[in-house]
Amino acid sequence: MERRKFIKKATLTSLATLIGTEIVFGSNMFKDYQPVALQKPDPFKLFHLDNEMVVLNDKPWNIEAKAHLLDDKITPNSKMFIRNNGLIPTEIDEKNWRLVIDGESVKSKKTYSINDLKTKFKQHTYQLTLECGGNGRSEFDPPAKGNQWTIGAVSCATWTGVRLKDVLEDAGIKNDAIYIGYHAADTHLSGDPSKEPISRGAPMHKALQEETLIAYKMNGKKIPLAHGFPLRLVAGGWPASVSGKWINRISIRNIEHDGTKMKGTAYRVPKNPVAPGDKVKDEDMEIIESMPVKSLITYPKSGVILEKGRALHIRGHAWAGELEVSSMDYSIDFGATWQTCTLEKPVNRLAWQHFEAEISFPKAGYYEVWARATDSNKSAQPMLLPGWNPKGYLNNACHRIAIKVI
Amino acid sequence: MKKGSSEYEKLVQKAERLAYTAIFLMAVCVGLLLLKIYDPTLSIFQDKKELVVEVDEDLIVDGIHIRTGFVEDVGLMTVVNNCTNCHSSKLVIQNRMNADRWNATIKWMQETQNLWGLGDNQKIIVDYLVKNYPPVEKGRRLRLTNIDWYELKK
Repeated sequence: MERRKFIKKATLTSLATLIGTEIVFGSNMFKDYQPVALQKPDPFKLFHLDNEMVVLNDKPWNIEAKAHLLDDKITPNSKMFIRNNGLIPTEIDEKNWRLVIDGESVKSKKTYSINDLKTKFKQHTYQLTLECGGNGRSEFDPPAKGNQWTIGAVSCATWTGVRLKDVLEDAGIKNDAIYIGYHAADTHLSGDPSKEPISRGAPMHKALQEETLIAYKMNGKKIPLAHGFPLRLVAGGWPASVSGKWINRISIRNIEHDGTKMKGTAYRVPKNPVAPGDKVKDEDMEIIESMPVKSLITYPKSGVILEKGRALHIRGHAWAGELEVSSMDYSIDFGATWQTCTLEKPVNRLAWQHFEAEISFPKAGYYEVWARATDSNKSAQPMLLPGWNPKGYLNNACHRIAIKVI
Repeated sequence: MKKGSSEYEKLVQKAERLAYTAIFLMAVCVGLLLLKIYDPTLSIFQDKKELVVEVDEDLIVDGIHIRTGFVEDVGLMTVVNNCTNCHSSKLVIQNRMNADRWNATIKWMQETQNLWGLGDNQKIIVDYLVKNYPPVEKGRRLRLTNIDWYELKK
């Protein structure tokens, strides 16, 4: 972490002046410890993170992975990006947690405890790809406002819970239902209790999909706090903001849900393509639904030095929102020619797919391996940035790694 | 049962209780003594949050405001005082915008995020941000930089 290094450096020279007191055992302290006086809570300990994870923002917490950290087929908690719009709730009483199903289009408002959910409905487990709508935002020019995600705001963990469909049907869905919207226990950054940091949702057809869950487990264990304990809505393949964390209420709406971050420019892109930097009116924006086709080379880490004549094994994952990835290619000549990778089928719908390839390099020199996925509608990843949009969403440009053959 | 022997028994029971209490208290003392030896500051009893020592809030080292990481320049404290109450300075530093877009962002924060009116400070803040955190030209794709070269193990 750059900030950590910087602070450490500053601390070594002026710690005593800073704190104004003698530090016992100070000489042993510097190896892997930041003096408490200078630190906010350590996110690596707080969230049990791999020490290579990158903290973009510490209020609210926004943390991303690097490509090589995402090599696992099932993303573990330690390498899973954390995205927050508000402050993570601090006191959660799992036993007394309630999920309310209400809204204009519910037949009868119902309230469930977590135990009710577990005992009344059938349990399902799916591996689901969750990618932040703004993953890749840092590459847009002119820059877009918000956390400057590079490539690491994507994960594919297993989620266990009950189908949202089953719960909604238990409460009863009126014929005029259009959308569902979630409400949760997080706190607005300003501390204003009358404001919700985020309250998004999905149209009924997504809400009623088999894979759309009210989850209480991630990777077989209770959901970590940062990922939504005790209940999370999980809607794979759509911007991860649809997958509300710490949910305590789901409203069945007879209008498009109008909660926080559903309106204006939030999680929306222009209906028609615009030139970079153009101003776009709110009414000319539309809600992002399925995420676009994308892939990451997760092995090897960029920067390989390889002896001439030695083949390079590469592998990674590819995903395509609601669709399946139908083919996967790589290029070592900046797109002049493409070679096919071996591509696995997803373990279930909306899970990412694994690819691999063996690459031989014709001669010594500098190379980049570019990876390109194509979805079942024949849409492929662009090598350049896709269409600019005011908030910097949906950058699915090809991932690449640097190789030097000597 | 005789009255005398019952009183005697009560006395014995009382003595027993006293002895147990003494043993218990001694055990507690030994425990505390050991704790004091192995954890001299008795840190396990302290709430972690209370350990935070106040740093000089205005301290600047090598042109960087230590508490926030902001660059030292005209308007620094105006930015610190108005822009780090709700969110971290990290959110400000990672964003690169021109004056127009910063002004629009401020308006958005006032409309939705409970940011107060900034008055004359708005120009000071925007000038500081545009000067110290200007947008970087990236074109349609940047070249790969900061490559950490390493030999691949066999």
